[in-house]
Amino acid sequence: MFKLLKNFKKIDFLYLLIITALIFFQVYLDLKLPDYMSSITVLVKTEGSKMSDILSEGGKMLLCAGGSLLSAIVVSYFTSLVSARYSRNLREKLFKNVESFGMEQMKQFSTGSLITRTTNDITNVQMFISMGMQMLIKAPITAVWAIMKILNKNLTWSIMTGGFVIALLVIIAILMSLVLPKFKIIQKLVDKVNSLMREELTGIRVVRAFNAEKYQEDKFEKINDELTNTNLYTQTRMSIMSPVMYLIMNLLTLEIYFLGAGLIENAALGSKIGLFSDMVVFSSYAMQVIMSFLMLAVIFIMYPRASISMDRIEEVINTKSKITDGKFLGTTKKKGEIEFKKVSFKYPDADEYVLKDISFKAKKGETIAFIGSTGSGKSTLLNLIPRFYDVTEGEVLVDGVDVKDYKLSSLHNKLGYVSQKAMMFGTSIENNISYGDNGKGKITNKKIKDALNVSESEEFVSKLKGEESFVLAEGATNVSGGQKQRLSIARAIARDPEIYLFDDTFSALDYKTDAKLRSNLKKYTKDATILIVAQRIGTIMNADKIIVLDDGKVVGMGRHKDLLKNCPVYKEIAYSQLGKEELENA
Amino acid sequence: MPRHRGNPNDKPKDLKGTLKRLFTSLKDLRKYMYIAIVLAFLGSILSIIGPNKISDLTDTISDGIMIDNKALKNISTNIENDLKTNAPSVSQEVLTPDINNDTIRNIMANNDIPAEDKAKLSSLASGNVDASSITNLPDSIKNLLYNDKEIKGIKVSKEDRLKFLEISSAININANAKSNSDIQKLIKLVDSYPESVKKLIFDDYKYKGIKITSDDKIKFLSVMSTVKDYNDGTAIYKTLDKLPKSIKEVIKPEMNMKKIKSISLFLLIIYALSAVFNFTQSILMAKVSNEYTKRLRDKISDKLNRLPLRYFDNVSVGEILSRTTNDIDTIGQAMYQSMSQLVGAVTLFVASIIMMFATNGLMALAAILSSLVGFILMFIIMFKSQKYFSMRQKALGKLNGDIEEAYSLHNIIKAYNGEKIEEEKFDKLNNEVYDANRKSQFLSGLMPPIMGFIGNFSYVAVCVVGAYLAMKGSITFGVIVAFMIYARLFTNPLNQIAQGTTSIQQIAASSERVFEIFDAKEMDDEKDDDFEYLNPKDAKGNIEFKHVKFSYDSSRVIIKDFSAKVKAGSKIAIVGPTGAGKTTMVNLLMKFYNIDSGDIVIDGHSINKLKRKNVHDLFTMVLQDTWLFEDTIRNNVKYNTDATDEEIWKALEAVEVDHYVKTLPDSLDYVLKDNGEISIGQKQLLTIARGMLKNAPFLILDEATSSVDTRTEEIVQKAMDKLMEGKTSFIIAHRLSTIKNADLILVMKDGDIIEKGTHESLLKKKGFYADLYNSQFKK
Repeated sequence: MFKLLKNFKKIDFLYLLIITALIFFQVYLDLKLPDYMSSITVLVKTEGSKMSDILSEGGKMLLCAGGSLLSAIVVSYFTSLVSARYSRNLREKLFKNVESFGMEQMKQFSTGSLITRTTNDITNVQMFISMGMQMLIKAPITAVWAIMKILNKNLTWSIMTGGFVIALLVIIAILMSLVLPKFKIIQKLVDKVNSLMREELTGIRVVRAFNAEKYQEDKFEKINDELTNTNLYTQTRMSIMSPVMYLIMNLLTLEIYFLGAGLIENAALGSKIGLFSDMVVFSSYAMQVIMSFLMLAVIFIMYPRASISMDRIEEVINTKSKITDGKFLGTTKKKGEIEFKKVSFKYPDADEYVLKDISFKAKKGETIAFIGSTGSGKSTLLNLIPRFYDVTEGEVLVDGVDVKDYKLSSLHNKLGYVSQKAMMFGTSIENNISYGDNGKGKITNKKIKDALNVSESEEFVSKLKGEESFVLAEGATNVSGGQKQRLSIARAIARDPEIYLFDDTFSALDYKTDAKLRSNLKKYTKDATILIVAQRIGTIMNADKIIVLDDGKVVGMGRHKDLLKNCPVYKEIAYSQLGKEELENA
Repeated sequence: MPRHRGNPNDKPKDLKGTLKRLFTSLKDLRKYMYIAIVLAFLGSILSIIGPNKISDLTDTISDGIMIDNKALKNISTNIENDLKTNAPSVSQEVLTPDINNDTIRNIMANNDIPAEDKAKLSSLASGNVDASSITNLPDSIKNLLYNDKEIKGIKVSKEDRLKFLEISSAININANAKSNSDIQKLIKLVDSYPESVKKLIFDDYKYKGIKITSDDKIKFLSVMSTVKDYNDGTAIYKTLDKLPKSIKEVIKPEMNMKKIKSISLFLLIIYALSAVFNFTQSILMAKVSNEYTKRLRDKISDKLNRLPLRYFDNVSVGEILSRTTNDIDTIGQAMYQSMSQLVGAVTLFVASIIMMFATNGLMALAAILSSLVGFILMFIIMFKSQKYFSMRQKALGKLNGDIEEAYSLHNIIKAYNGEKIEEEKFDKLNNEVYDANRKSQFLSGLMPPIMGFIGNFSYVAVCVVGAYLAMKGSITFGVIVAFMIYARLFTNPLNQIAQGTTSIQQIAASSERVFEIFDAKEMDDEKDDDFEYLNPKDAKGNIEFKHVKFSYDSSRVIIKDFSAKVKAGSKIAIVGPTGAGKTTMVNLLMKFYNIDSGDIVIDGHSINKLKRKNVHDLFTMVLQDTWLFEDTIRNNVKYNTDATDEEIWKALEAVEVDHYVKTLPDSLDYVLKDNGEISIGQKQLLTIARGMLKNAPFLILDEATSSVDTRTEEIVQKAMDKLMEGKTSFIIAHRLSTIKNADLILVMKDGDIIEKGTHESLLKKKGFYADLYNSQFKK
């Protein structure tokens, strides 16, 4: 539980102190209440009591209750403050740490998992703090205080109360040991039901094509049955909890009274009255003791979930990105030059190199293309330039300076990166295209228009409602895949970079758009260096330099025609895509 | 954005109608629910009885510490009476000297007595003889005047008589003494009487069969004389312990153990019963809610298969998933937790109000009015906190969306230096969540203490009003005690009622969404009589399109008038830019959608005359998005067929993926997971193997993806070519080799077939296809 405290700030501890003090006060008042209650009862019961006495005792009791209410209000205020602060700060810490991650860490956790950690897991921890914190402070104080109040009253009753508390804890422990492991199974089954349903929905055409409706239904029913039965198992077990708790509390009162009657009966005349009032007080304090233990039990039931979430959060927070910022601000004489010097790369913990001994140079205004089979390392190569990963050996130079020496933002200002899968923000098209900071001030409307033009997007954008101010849905689901890709290219163009990095960007476009877009781009930015990773020969055959990668090594470098003659890997790729005739015609 | 479970602001459109429908759809589960409701009702009634009985028990025990005042009074009256009635006569009797002529004569004759003494006697003898006058006589004569005497069978010795004479002459006895000091003097005096006299004054007394001797009476008097303050109860109780045994026996408090035992037993039974009721009720509701949600899920799963594909054009996968999981979960949870809780709480609330008014109207008003202010406060807070809760839900939704975006676009953010923008956006949203969190939690945290205060306040109010009424004599103490309990009982369930109503709204809102799926129009039932059957084994593979017209919705016709004749075993390539509607062709061929007019004739049978299932059997379909499910490779490949392992291996061999499968840890039993362990290419090969096992006369094939490496692509192509052998194939083509070799090319654009023909004929036409083809080689 202490790991939760680690994220408390100094001021939070002050709040905690205030909360604890107030809870002390509240418990003091709450434990005083039964005294006033019984004295009022006695007054009402005794003939000839004065009304003024009842009023004054009642007034005192209300004062007590009011004080307790007031302090509860303040406690609630501070608890909500602390727990809301806690989750905000923790979430911020988590988010900012993830922001600093390189691709390595993103892959290590996976985006989906990081999202759940930042949302659900934080919510879990917050729930525990907001509910558990108060209970955790209040329960022991109440228990200890109430026990102190009754400890010397009567041995028989004390032993009995102790016995009931133990019985209660044993029952809770047994139930938890039965049910907690099932909770994990339920979570898995719920996931399974979800994934089955998703499967069914995404593959509905296949299901129908194979006339497999029954097959799917049976499969679903099986998991559904399993889920229902497991749920039923835990719920029926948990159904025992509340009745037994009440039974124990009621029986304890009854026992105290019943045994009390016997004790009083056998006591000397003189100690009877004392015993009686002890009995009444004892039973009300014993209730407080039991309730406190119940509260503690609830905390222990809640804790595992929060603890697991906290572990998952800490795992992310304690992971630090290995990509460190450099100092160089990026003013170079050379522009648009890229050089790889004996670059090798392997993923951390991996034995095999993804890239081995890569050297090449790209000059200003050149188009360099990379081609090779999946896993040949062409995308990885591109990722080394914006430092999504750092090289294992060798160095990558941009404009003659090692990328590691650059301040990251200065390095990124020189680059226009477009990923394989087009990703857009859920905001207007113009905001998407002018996204980020290129170190050259705000991106003008003219730039946006040009970018749309060059990327062959203007036509479809003009048809959208509101044109450039058309708001893309989350994941840009309201435009087609090809349109999304064109917009993502426009975003890079608007940035006005020295170097374009296209990571298999053009595969999503049809041949025609692909060709047109590239020729537009060439015209628009004569000086920019372009690095293209591609699958299609058609996309790259006109590049100034084609680098053929196979298994992380350069197996060919040159122009299309030369490679066709002297690079077997290239030839193989080319022939698989285009007929001999077309290749020779081209 | 997925809906968050338990959003308190989730309002149903038609609460009553939906609940009614939900209730009907419970069917046989209803009876369990009835029982659960009855049990909840009974449980609540029991919980009203319980506290009442506990106060009875307390009263009985407190009665058991009270001494028997009646007996005490009885004894003191008895003693008083002894003093009043016996004392005068006894003293008369004891003190009357034995004077007669003989005694006088004897005295006179006694020479030992001085003459002056004798003279005193003779002067006395003539007048009245009373104690005081005798006292004054000289001892010598006194000795002679009293002899042993037997009174009422008690021998009073001469000495006793003389002693008594001495005492009684010293102080005047006042048996009617009232003041404390008088009583004490009296008791001391009486205490000094000679035993025999005391016995004469105090008779033995039998009370409740216990003999209180005169000694005991005297001891009683002496103990009582030590009490200084008669108003100090505890002090009195302490002196009582010194009383003689017989009297203690008589006045000691009588603990009515029999009554205590019977009340305890009664309570035990009530507690046990209510535990059993609660438990049974809870189990029943668990059964009802689980069984019901299971049925809902199964029903959705069945329903989805009976819906036309058209339905899925308008509803997203996420939406349906959210209904099958979140909504059904909400229904189950709310049903399990709130239904019977609500019934119990309402019962408790209503019953305690009824009980209050039945017991005393004025007190009932006092109890209700005193909590009313609190309730109003509570409802205001509840209303406010609902506002903040929905604010929080909204803020959280926005924040989660932002996080999702920021993480998914991590690379873009880095490459475009967008960190600052993202952090600012995040901070703003995070602070919004913080604010809403803080406020909603603060307000909802207020509820329990306010409830507690209302309870205490009405306790005091009931006590004060009760005491006032009791003083006026209009009610008894018992009524007050009962009200102390009712006041608590009636304030407690309100929170639960409020929660319960929100839950019911949630149930209704969620049910509405689930029922919406149930209500969606299903595909037509296909009756045997109206249809022909084409056995896949007998099919030759001819297909003819006759003036096919089709539209997804009436506003835009997709395929206007398409006719073509396809001979068995030929290849038809469908080409066109992305989004041109190539899948429309698949949809029509597979009869996923019905054509609007015209006909597709398969081996002489109109597609309209063939059952959907029959059409599905005629086609093998391999789509670009490789649909594999989380199961073993075996189950994925043999999918819904009875293929043996041998046949599966043969298919795997044919697509050259057998080696790969053999290298997997469990071979055919290897469970495929959606975690990228298996490459897209391999997945594609597995789906092709699945298609091979089906072996239908027609083939629909979606060719090549952009993200498969060249080597695998080659294998995939080989596998596809194998799959096409001898079949009439419709191919969504990307490869030039496929397109060029096709017997018929359908060129699609914007959903419509704009050109058709062979590669050569289309190139000659110099239309869209030629343009598309040539663009690949443009500089």
